[in-house]
Amino acid sequence: MSTTAAETLSVIVEREVGFPPEKVWRALTQPHLIAEWLMKNDFQPVVGHSFSLSAEWGAVDCRVETVEANRALSYTWEGLGLESVVTWTLTPTSTGTRLRMEQVGFRLDQQMAYRGATAGWPRFFDNLEQVLARAD
Amino acid sequence: MTTPHDVLFRTLADPTRRALFERLCREGEQTVGALTARAGVSQPAVSKHLAVLKQAGLVLDRPEGRQTHYSAQLDALAPLIDWTRQMAGFWENRFDQLEDLLRRMDQ
Repeated sequence: MSTTAAETLSVIVEREVGFPPEKVWRALTQPHLIAEWLMKNDFQPVVGHSFSLSAEWGAVDCRVETVEANRALSYTWEGLGLESVVTWTLTPTSTGTRLRMEQVGFRLDQQMAYRGATAGWPRFFDNLEQVLARAD
Repeated sequence: MTTPHDVLFRTLADPTRRALFERLCREGEQTVGALTARAGVSQPAVSKHLAVLKQAGLVLDRPEGRQTHYSAQLDALAPLIDWTRQMAGFWENRFDQLEDLLRRMDQ
């Protein structure tokens, strides 16, 4: 477990949806639509725009990093000690869109207290999983 | 309410303690003396961290003569690995809601 390898972990969810990229893009970038499937928000599809996502259980602070209409969108995702970047990639297919979400970079901030630690922990998980795999 | 997760997270949130645990995972069983030599903290401090790790079920101690050997207990980490699966579960759930929304949207 080198320090470098311990720093990131990614969660990837990928799915084929039967709708064109333009429509998926609207759902990913229009605040009232985002609110329907993700969380309440003040999102704007503008690089550098800071926004927050909020739910009963807490809020996530975000900043837009990449906006490529109908193709790619990324924003930082920080909250409850979690520091990461969420990247959406839309690829047109014959029947609709392949939609991929990758969340990378959970980092444990040593100054943070327990709650931060709980959220930051996953950076260590991939290494632990490797160790566990070897231990079998 | 304290859950097994809470105990593990609290135990491993401390960077020195985590480093000790990582070394035991990486290098296998070691004595307090061997751990102290490279820990950057005093032997009593190392012993104290090991006691906390032991309490959380993350290490096992094995006395041998005047030395005590410590080893990592990887099974204790299972709940943490489940937690990452929960994160993936969060997004799977959001994808379901997104698809549901797409079906309801115009065009």
